[in-house]
Amino acid sequence: MSILNSQINRNTPEYAINCSAMQALVSDLHRLLAHVVEGGGTKAQERHLSRGKLLPRQRIDALLDPGSPFLEIGQLTAHDVYGEEVPAAGLITGIGRVEGIECMIVANDATVKGGSYYPLTVKKHLRAQTIAQQNRLPCIYLVDSGGANLPRQDEVFPDREHFGRIFFNQANMSAQGIPQIAVVMGSCTAGGAYVPAMADEAIMVRNQATIFLAGPPLVKAATGEVVSAEDLGGADVHCKTSGVADHYAENDEHALALARRCVANLNWRKQGELNCRVPISPRYANEELYGIIPADAKQPFDVREVIARLVDDSQFDEFKALYGTTLVCGFAHLHGHPVAILANNGILFAESAQKGAHFIELACQRGIPLLFLQNITGFMVGQKYEAGGIAKHGAKLVTAVACAQVPKFTVIIGGSFGAGNYGMCGRAYDPRFLWMWPNARISVMGGEQAAGVLVQVKHEQAERTGETFSVEQEQALRKPILDQYERQGHPYYSSARLWDDGVIDPAQTRDILGLAISAALNAPILPTRFGVFRM
Amino acid sequence: MINTLLIANRGEIACRIMRTAREMGITTVAVHSDIDRQAQHVLQADIAIGLGGAKPADSYLLVDKILAAAHASGAQAIHPGYGFLSENAGFARACEEQGLIFVGPPASAIDAMGSKSAAKALMEKAGVPLVPGYHGDEQDLQTFVTAAERIGYPVLLKATAGGGGKGMKVVEREVDMAEALASAQREAQSSFGDARMLVEKYVLQPRHVEIQVFADQHGNAVYLNERDCSIQRRHQKVVEEAPAPGLSPELRKAMGDAAVKAAQAIGYVGAGTVEFLLDARGEFFFMEMNTRLQVEHPVTEAITGQDLVAWQLRVAQGEKLPLTQEQVPLKGHAIEVRLYAEDTDNDFLPASGTLQLYREPPAGEGRRVDSGVTEGDVVSPFYDPMIAKLIAWGETREEARLSLLAMLRETVVVGVQTNLKFLTRILAHPAFAQAELDTGFIPRHTEKLLPAPEALDEQFWRTAAKAWLLAMPGASSVAPGSGAAQTSPWTDLTSWRAGLPAQSRLHLRCGELDQPFPAVDVTGCSYCPTTQTLLITEGQQTRLHHVLISHGALYLQWRDSWHRIDRFDPIAEVNHSHQHAGGLQAPMNGSVVRVMVEPGQQVEAGAVLLVLEAMKMEHSIRAAEAGTVKAIFCAEGELIAEGTLLVEMEEAQ
Repeated sequence: MSILNSQINRNTPEYAINCSAMQALVSDLHRLLAHVVEGGGTKAQERHLSRGKLLPRQRIDALLDPGSPFLEIGQLTAHDVYGEEVPAAGLITGIGRVEGIECMIVANDATVKGGSYYPLTVKKHLRAQTIAQQNRLPCIYLVDSGGANLPRQDEVFPDREHFGRIFFNQANMSAQGIPQIAVVMGSCTAGGAYVPAMADEAIMVRNQATIFLAGPPLVKAATGEVVSAEDLGGADVHCKTSGVADHYAENDEHALALARRCVANLNWRKQGELNCRVPISPRYANEELYGIIPADAKQPFDVREVIARLVDDSQFDEFKALYGTTLVCGFAHLHGHPVAILANNGILFAESAQKGAHFIELACQRGIPLLFLQNITGFMVGQKYEAGGIAKHGAKLVTAVACAQVPKFTVIIGGSFGAGNYGMCGRAYDPRFLWMWPNARISVMGGEQAAGVLVQVKHEQAERTGETFSVEQEQALRKPILDQYERQGHPYYSSARLWDDGVIDPAQTRDILGLAISAALNAPILPTRFGVFRM
Repeated sequence: MINTLLIANRGEIACRIMRTAREMGITTVAVHSDIDRQAQHVLQADIAIGLGGAKPADSYLLVDKILAAAHASGAQAIHPGYGFLSENAGFARACEEQGLIFVGPPASAIDAMGSKSAAKALMEKAGVPLVPGYHGDEQDLQTFVTAAERIGYPVLLKATAGGGGKGMKVVEREVDMAEALASAQREAQSSFGDARMLVEKYVLQPRHVEIQVFADQHGNAVYLNERDCSIQRRHQKVVEEAPAPGLSPELRKAMGDAAVKAAQAIGYVGAGTVEFLLDARGEFFFMEMNTRLQVEHPVTEAITGQDLVAWQLRVAQGEKLPLTQEQVPLKGHAIEVRLYAEDTDNDFLPASGTLQLYREPPAGEGRRVDSGVTEGDVVSPFYDPMIAKLIAWGETREEARLSLLAMLRETVVVGVQTNLKFLTRILAHPAFAQAELDTGFIPRHTEKLLPAPEALDEQFWRTAAKAWLLAMPGASSVAPGSGAAQTSPWTDLTSWRAGLPAQSRLHLRCGELDQPFPAVDVTGCSYCPTTQTLLITEGQQTRLHHVLISHGALYLQWRDSWHRIDRFDPIAEVNHSHQHAGGLQAPMNGSVVRVMVEPGQQVEAGAVLLVLEAMKMEHSIRAAEAGTVKAIFCAEGELIAEGTLLVEMEEAQ
């Protein structure tokens, strides 16, 4: 057995500094999340509760099996985007267990802007559906929304990845045998009406849920007919007359219990097969990750120290340990599941890229999920390396990553810059899930480098025109670029725009990955066919 | 020689007799009523024979069937246990006539002790001390008034044929005599079919001390020390112990000799008990003699090291008593409690139901449990509601008391109400610890022994929710398919949340009560399935709770009693409330064929209220619950539409 032997000394000043730096970031994250879960705030929640409705998070709790974890997706979506608070984009999405089955839950938060769909709400809804589709997770929609955010209709309605895609996904997932269950617990108007209508089974709460293509005001405007919302599209109408809904619920709790029964009758099987073992905790405390990640992002660290705190029994069978050492590859188990890990331990060279491609081939041959621990400033640059074919070697890695059909999981534990992002399974490479640590940064290149490039260009221009380019001018140029890169590279900025699935506490990484890998096993692990590797 | 023994009884005593019989190599034969087909005494017997029926009169009291069963099974002897036919002289005689050994005294001895007044006259002649009283045939008021005056008030009126407290009245003053007598006579008449009364001095602060006697067919008789059964509730023994605390050897010998004298006076054979009242000054008076094995015999067995059933069987076979009086040991102290199925909060009404959970305290030195039930059994309303007896022995009384308290705390009964907590409170009461025993103990300490029931507070629900989350196996079941199913983090990471405190909300129910969504965090709490204990940490304090899981339900021990906890089922709840209202609306379009009730009429649950015809079929509309018909909104022949309200009911309170 190869047990990773930690070299960390917990008594050094660096360790303490690192700890307090990471602790500050994690505390800030927790503070932010605690605010997000309050949804539309106390007043809106009280108003919601006074109507006999449960709050969206209460609904989720009541829907889930007692004690089930809830792997929330996109907690920070829309954070600091719209100039007004839209916590979690007014839509709570995540995976939880219902009747022993991992389901994707998509719940509108009517306390946030009436549950209306902002552009990022749509994006989040679609992201949840993508996760459901890729991992074959039954979908449960807890509908309580006023529909599209009308002032932003141009960003919500017309495009391929806009509102209509929700129903496209429902139809296609249903066609693939991924169950679609809608629980209508509030309004569900116009386009939104298709959520229950396109569902395999739909539940409605009496005197609370309404489904109609056009609400009473629009009906009156269009035809002059005066009708109440309840008579137009209440549960009585749809469960007894129209047949738009299938199950009639007395209240939220009843509706959620009915939804649980729907899931209980799915005859569900997880199709992903892995040879699992009894999980063993790592030999080192997960909180020690705080002390390992340098407070100064420029300082290197041995990524094996991170792996030792993520994998079962800190056991790691490294592959090609002596070759291409800036990319650590190896097999381990995580919460009992076999995983093949690729972790950056420096800049990517030709050797490390080739090694990575080789290793991904192994994982795909064997049907083992891939875990990418991303901390990459990029591929090595320079004449020597270009001449050595770094581009074609990098391409091998990118090809392997792109084509790999085994479930892929990415955690950005440090930097994610440039083509390194591609080679290490960035968002564009369809990892099943992608998370960021609060210390991480993501951008096309580092702020310093970007500013450096621009300064260089300015210098050259100045030289051509014979003008002078002062140090003050240089500073004036650098500052906004550094600021911009710092702001846009920040994990909150990324998460708010759903470039990732969430910013996570490093100490929770192991559990999050365990839950995600297990959920991913609802889908079969398919064989991989790679594209042409440039040799 | 007895090689096959029929036990004409049920429950713990039948099981207990069989245990000794088996040890003696005797084949055991059980008889049983229809509803006892799966009872413990049936399952433990070598042969079981059905008697039919349920009520004792249709089963365990059927002399002919029992005798036939004895013949059919080849039994040479019948042990009657206690209760049922144990003190029925006719039965003893019938056994004798049919050549069967009745394990008990001769019929004549049963007869002699059967009538309390006749017995007292007999005892008086034999020189056994009696409570001053009047036991004559004259039954008019004046006779009783005169007698009471002679004896001195307060006096106790008792039914001549009675027992178990029925037809008993304490009379404090002469003015109350007429009414008390009439009332006691009425009760006696209805309970025993015999209104005759006797009157005795009402002994103040009396203790109930009884002597275990044993006689063989060769004229030998011994006493096996005494038992103190002063802890009684309305003349029903609740706690029994041996020896009687504070009884001097001289007094023991005096009472023992008197008891042996009483047995010999009636030519007694076998096990018997002579009951005395012992007053505060150490004077004792004969009360009655029980001509059978007593419920509380285990305490005597514990302090003498003898097996009284073995003695009974030996004596019945004509053997001599195994010990002489001098050889009878008295070692340590033993206490017994009777675990009854009864509602202590509701005047101790007998309770019945299914023992959803039934766990006896584990065996150990000086611990004994005699019972005739097991988990899943039904405690029926037809028989004595005693479920089990718990007996503890110790070198000292205090040792026995503490051991018995521990046993009580380890006993679990859910599904049927019991006096378990009541027993625990008696044993824990300082007055009991101090052996301040007399028959007024329970009435005197009622407030402490029967406190108002406690409400289930928020802490209970929080603990219940934690117990549910940690202890229920597969609180979520697991979808098949993945190799990870058994070890999935989805099962292991209880209530895990990303970046937020672990938290779950559970809507639980306990009996009729429920608590919607207490939010709980199980961080720092743990459950150990081997010891079935839950450790719950709140702040700096960690507490241990006992939890049991049986048949998919969770049971939690909370402040000395066990509660069944289920998950609230909103679907069942809604269906139930629909049945309430729904039954009274027309389920479909049709015509009213018959109206079976009138407004104001009281109906039982399930009674047909009216009949509809629709689609060539008749549909009965029934009352969901017992109640009164408030109004009828349709007439015969009327066509009605689906959903029309037909009848309005008012639920019975």
